[in-house]
Amino acid sequence: MSTAATARPAPGTGRRLLTALGTATPVYVLLATVLIALALTDPGFYEADRLLAFVKRAAPLVILATGQYLVIVCGEFDLSVGAIVTAGVVVAAQLYASFPALHWLVATLVLLAAGGAAGLVSGLVTTRLRVPSFITTLGMMLILEGAVFFWTGGSPQGALPAAFRALGRGTAFGWLPWAVPVCLAVGVGAYLLMRADFGRTLLATGDSERAAHLSGVRVTRVRVTAFVLSGVAAGLAAVLVGGFSGVSAQAGQGYEFEAITAVVLGGVLLGGGRGSVVGAMAGAFSLQALFTLLNLRGVSGALESTVQGVIVIAAVGLGAADYSRLRRRRTRSPDTRSPEGTTR
Amino acid sequence: MTGDLLTAPGEKSAAPAPRPGRRLRLTDPVTGVWLAALAVTLLGWAVVAAQGGQFLTTTNVVAVLQNSVALGLVAVGQSMVILTGSLDLSVAYLISLGTLVAAQTMQSGGVLLAVLATLALSVAVGLANGLIVAGLKVNAFIATLGTAFILRGWIEDQYTGPAGQVTAGFQRLGYDRIGPVPVSVFLLLAVAGAAWFLTRRTRLGHHLYATGGDEHAARLSGVRTRRTVVVAHVLCSLCVGAAALFLAARLGAGAPWAGTEARYDLESIAAVVLGGTALAGGRGGVAGTLGGVLVLAVLDSVFNQLAVDPFFKNVVRGVVIIAAVALYARRRTPRRRTA
Repeated sequence: MSTAATARPAPGTGRRLLTALGTATPVYVLLATVLIALALTDPGFYEADRLLAFVKRAAPLVILATGQYLVIVCGEFDLSVGAIVTAGVVVAAQLYASFPALHWLVATLVLLAAGGAAGLVSGLVTTRLRVPSFITTLGMMLILEGAVFFWTGGSPQGALPAAFRALGRGTAFGWLPWAVPVCLAVGVGAYLLMRADFGRTLLATGDSERAAHLSGVRVTRVRVTAFVLSGVAAGLAAVLVGGFSGVSAQAGQGYEFEAITAVVLGGVLLGGGRGSVVGAMAGAFSLQALFTLLNLRGVSGALESTVQGVIVIAAVGLGAADYSRLRRRRTRSPDTRSPEGTTR
Repeated sequence: MTGDLLTAPGEKSAAPAPRPGRRLRLTDPVTGVWLAALAVTLLGWAVVAAQGGQFLTTTNVVAVLQNSVALGLVAVGQSMVILTGSLDLSVAYLISLGTLVAAQTMQSGGVLLAVLATLALSVAVGLANGLIVAGLKVNAFIATLGTAFILRGWIEDQYTGPAGQVTAGFQRLGYDRIGPVPVSVFLLLAVAGAAWFLTRRTRLGHHLYATGGDEHAARLSGVRTRRTVVVAHVLCSLCVGAAALFLAARLGAGAPWAGTEARYDLESIAAVVLGGTALAGGRGGVAGTLGGVLVLAVLDSVFNQLAVDPFFKNVVRGVVIIAAVALYARRRTPRRRTA
């Protein structure tokens, strides 16, 4: 317990600020650092259109991280979101192959509903059958990926009409990418949701399932809802990704780990009960900003993931240390260790 | 959390059993998974026979065994980490890098040096994982995901395709047989046996279970939990190194996709959980893991015989994994939960 040595009282105002920012402090520092580095590397980055383009690129990850946050904060995992994105894009293409005249809004709603349905299944299996969510959503990922490729004979193809792709790559009034207001709406919605009763019960469930249950929280329903919302978020991300980059078998590959990384980077505790949704979204933005920075710096695409790995470990390591210093709760360390700690 | 149905007689001290007097031993997950393996084999045999094929031929059985070696080695390592309450998501990239290092060193420096270099690489990665998890207190999921990213970047930056060359002598590890049994199966059995002995019969093993069951309690009882976690990660990586050596022998060269294409990270975790080991740690064992690996390998073989679409295999795989774990959970539920 090396943290004992560093547990000195912090000065008053600094401490208050840290407490206000909560466990997400490292991510705000990281985000600020990366944004400053971006400004130094390329002053043009902060021109309105490029900034908006950046937010547009970040939108799918932010939306996925928001959904993932809801699941993680109640003590579960959702590894299936990447597969849902892939499946969503392919389903949309198949949908348009069968009904070329389909209105884009209908197709979008179908994807959202399909994502929600996948989340519902994951949630029910996890809560009713008591399968650890890691395994449930891993299975769901295998099933969805297998089904998509099986259905399309191994190579998904097809085209998405411009009206459907507008959400991902089009702009409103000629300058505002649609993805930006969508992302904003999701962010505000999630923030309000976490302020509402549902958010509080969700946090309580993640913190201590038993205590939440005894205080009258319908633990099962709350958890299933979190999974459904994560699935819907993945469906929405599929619409954006499909619009942005078109149909491909790799559309959603790796998104599940990126989303989880973003959430954890945002100071959310794996195992549940701690962390804010704003932090999670900040984590997603930092990750995307980091990718952009590495790109601008001319770091080869290959080494990008190395840098990402180092920064993630460092940020979370710092976060863990800061956290125990702030709260002085070293006794909780067993819970933070096991990913399934609170679900048992 | 530490209810443990698995400890064989005479090993009560293996788990930090918080509830004394557990005499009820319902179906043991280890027997369960081996029975499941048997059932899947019989079912596969029946289905294949109904289609006019032959399932239980020597060639086929040998192929099933051979196919389970790589996943088996990784899963044995993975189960030691999971028992300790940790997790290792970096195994896939470590395998890839391991095959590359092995093949390249072998080309220039000989077999022994290559084996040593691969194992040294494994120890280094395992040590890094363990120290990040135990020392920096980074959640194992994120820590090993981070090392996985680091290794991936390294591989993608350094290698563009297959590299190195495995000597003909070393390839015998991948292809030779003693009687009908492939040599590599003995490698798996040796590693699994060592892991079983280590987890069940030594002090270190008891510490692994204790740490996984309840780290705080273990610490208070005088177990050096951090050291235990580090050792578990190193042992896991060593098993992965062995898998990398086997795959290098099999492929004849190092390949950047050797570990990632077969998704050894998630597959090994699935096999471990299929074998009745709790993801939260403290419960389960190597014997069950081997059963889990066998179930997956037999399923694969059945699908191959029936010429099932490879993508449909994934669907069934997912369903089987979820269903199996649901069964374990169900069995445990009535006694452990007071609704």
